[in-house]
Amino acid sequence: MDCYRNFKGENWKNSINVSDFIINNYTLYEGDDEFLVGPTDKTKKVWSKCEKLLEEELKKGILDVDTKNISGINSFAPGYIDKENEVIFGLQTDAPLKRMINPFGGVRMVRDSLAAYGYTWDKEVEEKFTSYRKTHNDGVFDAYTSDVRKARHVGLLTGLPDAYGRGRIIGDYRRIALYGIDRLVEEKKKDLIKLEEGEITEDKIRLREEVSMQIKALGEIKAMASSYGVDISLPANNAKEATQWLYFGYLAAIKENNGAAMSLGRTSTFLDIYFERDLAEGTLDEAGAQEIIDQFIIKLRLARHLRTPEYNDLFAGDPTWVTESIGGTTTDGVPLVTKNSFRYLHTLINLTSSPEPNLTVLWSEKLPMNFKKYCAKISILTDSIQYENDDVMRPLYGDDYAIACCVSAMRVGRDMQFFGARCNLAKSLLYSINGGVDEMKGGLIVEGIDKMDDEVLDYDKVIKSYDKVLDKVAKTYVDAMNIIHYMHDKYAYEAGQMALHDTDVNRLMAFGVAGFSVAVDSLSAIKYAKVMPIRNEEGITVDFKIEGEFPKYGNDDDRVDSIGVELVKNFISKLRKHTLYKKAKHTLSILTITSNVVYGKKTGATPDGRAAGVAFAPGANPMHGRDESGALASLNSVAKIPYADVCEDGISNTFSITPDALGHNEDERITNLVSLMEGYFKQMPQHLNVNVLNRETLIDAMDHPEKYPTLTIRISGYAVRFNRLSREKQLEVINRTFHEKI
Amino acid sequence: MKKSKILGDISSIETMGLVDGPGIRFVVFLQGCPLRCKYCHNPETWAKTNGNVKMTPEELIEKVLRYKNYYGDDGGVTFSGGEPMVQKDFLIECLKLCKKYKINSAIDTAGSTADYSEILDLVDLVIFDIKSYKNEDYKKITGRSIDNSLKFLYDCQKKNKKMWIRSVITPGINDTEEYVLGLKNFIKDLKNIQKVELLPYHTIGVHKYKELGLKYELDGVDDMDNDRCVELQKLLNNR
Repeated sequence: MDCYRNFKGENWKNSINVSDFIINNYTLYEGDDEFLVGPTDKTKKVWSKCEKLLEEELKKGILDVDTKNISGINSFAPGYIDKENEVIFGLQTDAPLKRMINPFGGVRMVRDSLAAYGYTWDKEVEEKFTSYRKTHNDGVFDAYTSDVRKARHVGLLTGLPDAYGRGRIIGDYRRIALYGIDRLVEEKKKDLIKLEEGEITEDKIRLREEVSMQIKALGEIKAMASSYGVDISLPANNAKEATQWLYFGYLAAIKENNGAAMSLGRTSTFLDIYFERDLAEGTLDEAGAQEIIDQFIIKLRLARHLRTPEYNDLFAGDPTWVTESIGGTTTDGVPLVTKNSFRYLHTLINLTSSPEPNLTVLWSEKLPMNFKKYCAKISILTDSIQYENDDVMRPLYGDDYAIACCVSAMRVGRDMQFFGARCNLAKSLLYSINGGVDEMKGGLIVEGIDKMDDEVLDYDKVIKSYDKVLDKVAKTYVDAMNIIHYMHDKYAYEAGQMALHDTDVNRLMAFGVAGFSVAVDSLSAIKYAKVMPIRNEEGITVDFKIEGEFPKYGNDDDRVDSIGVELVKNFISKLRKHTLYKKAKHTLSILTITSNVVYGKKTGATPDGRAAGVAFAPGANPMHGRDESGALASLNSVAKIPYADVCEDGISNTFSITPDALGHNEDERITNLVSLMEGYFKQMPQHLNVNVLNRETLIDAMDHPEKYPTLTIRISGYAVRFNRLSREKQLEVINRTFHEKI
Repeated sequence: MKKSKILGDISSIETMGLVDGPGIRFVVFLQGCPLRCKYCHNPETWAKTNGNVKMTPEELIEKVLRYKNYYGDDGGVTFSGGEPMVQKDFLIECLKLCKKYKINSAIDTAGSTADYSEILDLVDLVIFDIKSYKNEDYKKITGRSIDNSLKFLYDCQKKNKKMWIRSVITPGINDTEEYVLGLKNFIKDLKNIQKVELLPYHTIGVHKYKELGLKYELDGVDDMDNDRCVELQKLLNNR
């Protein structure tokens, strides 16, 4: 049978171009959610087995580890949950929730993680690996400069991907479904031949090696699929095959890599084209369609990586960031919403609420009202959707981009990202007052900064000194990133994922900042109030005395909000002064996920009145309790931070509201939530997490986790199970500004 | 915008009001109230001025306009208090500006001041806080006679104003079926009533009395039970 029967368009046939295929063939759906159906018996059986395993996993921390094999696209025997009832096949290892060892990023991480859960690495394998193989982590520390080491030690730079996989790369897994592996290999071979032209420079040598590795990886993906009895050489022929082909691509990625965020891309509307064709041909009904999606989503929910408890401290809740981007519009402004967009969200009902996959709605003013209302309804019911502004991102990335992790946009298969964690802006500000000496650990971290002994801080003087500190921080940060990604390519190259990218891929290097609102409010305090440092014997500030009022970020007050805008503009321009590895483009995010707790812990008292060790606000959020004019003022402040050309790696904003505050009944709540998002996104911010919950529910959940097994909340750019958070983090979530009605 | 000379005395602003009128609303709490309701949770608004923010109508509406994107078809601005009509001249100027910028306006009032005719001509929705329909209870709760409020209500009716009616249900004062049935009977012949809401009494504002050095008359009265209030609301809604 002709795999491409009834598909329109020619461009996508002549070259690898999934976006062109989608635009030519998708069916816009503007109706409501009435067509959706519940889970089939098969799905119920498979999911109930998973639920038992998940419960056991929660008790034990991790369910099991394969200590004998090493991660790789085809290193494990096929695994099943309940073979006869599974519709979509494939697990990371030979059993559900059994984790893999991935030592390519670094062996210490492997040993520590295993030890933390009472496992030991198979002696023979460990000996062999460590004797003959150098890791990414080894390479990085061979090259790190003394400035980078110091910045890392005090927490000026934190969360750097120098001991595990960098992640944030999205393979275009759809390519396998649309073209089959053989065609993809053929195209890569053509690219390799093209790379023989001209002088064989170092760049070209490296690329030739990479493309060759990609070709091998494609072969491994095919072999892995074949171990499940599925031949993915040729294009998929129907909806079930398309989903299965695509999933094998993603599965290969999470078998090969253990990146922090292993995101899926933008698959729902692509797959819908196959679903619509099957429905029209009468080979599929709605129950069957939902079954395929439910079972696909079950597989995504089982993705796991072996992490240390310390890692969990930084990125709470064992997240995998299987982010899937849904909705958005074409470049002409026609919504890319299909029935599958609904089916994906409907899994939150059929399979109950879940943080993964990280369902992300690309919001546009032009989305059909029925879809907007459905999203709001599911948000209120399950609290598991995040929203990002397609109207802001589409002009930069076109209509076939996806979100990696929480807020990082990239064109699928055309762009890739070098993930770079973040640097601490609040601590940097303290360095500008303390002559570059760390206020917590002591020691000179940033050289060439004058110590201030002013009784009252002078705004202009502080700004000048801060500027100097940020110059140096930017340099150290870029050095760290260049070293990390050079070594990651060398020792832990993601051949399987990069095989599903264009060979001449565009690279983004994603820098980030933490402590944004603290730094902004501190500068505002110095400018508008009287801030007097309290110093210890060494002349290092341990606290600040503040006299008078000052405007605070989060109240839609331009006097302070403009300080924030200038700060990020200034910082990205400093980063841009330095050349990046592989000619990557500089991007910047304000995204601290849950690590805002750890960053706060490592930062001394700040001039805004925040005490030493107190958690920062997450992402670009105003500090807890400082937004005095209500939620919209807070949203408006965040909306002023520029995305295009400044924070192109994302600006995360978390918003919590109790159901009561949102309205008296379901209809009112849905209408109000839609209005809220319409209003917010019209001001062109990038992102919004919506938490619809009760403070009491959370307090109760903290004391009785067993009562709320599926309580999902959103923190910054992703959702987590509340009962997987440490108590400290739970308290932090509860204390965050709740917008309750008075 | 041209600046006028009238200054409004504003107690506070809530940019995201979702329960004081339809849709998403910018709520302005104005200073000043002639009533002293025992259960008032905003006693800081009683005095006509308290040195808080002063703004011209133009300055206020400039702020209101910053949130215009959120208002959608139903939302807008609600003037609450205090008794918003106490600052009559300021309120009138604000309402005129709302008309000019096509922003839906509402007042959250007990109708306890005189000379409100122009306000009623300008405002889109009146959220009428009925303390009680019986004079003796009204007096017990507010310390004043019901006459002015009743007159206000009938003037609203005469002018065909769209209205919401709200009543606070307080344990030991009016948390009875008798009160609710009486209220139902009282409002049954009123027209243009879009919504009737019972609001459960809560103790969130009690700490403010201490801070202001005021005696709290309902000390020891617990929050109104939510479920009971829902039951009473059902009784009210049943035809």
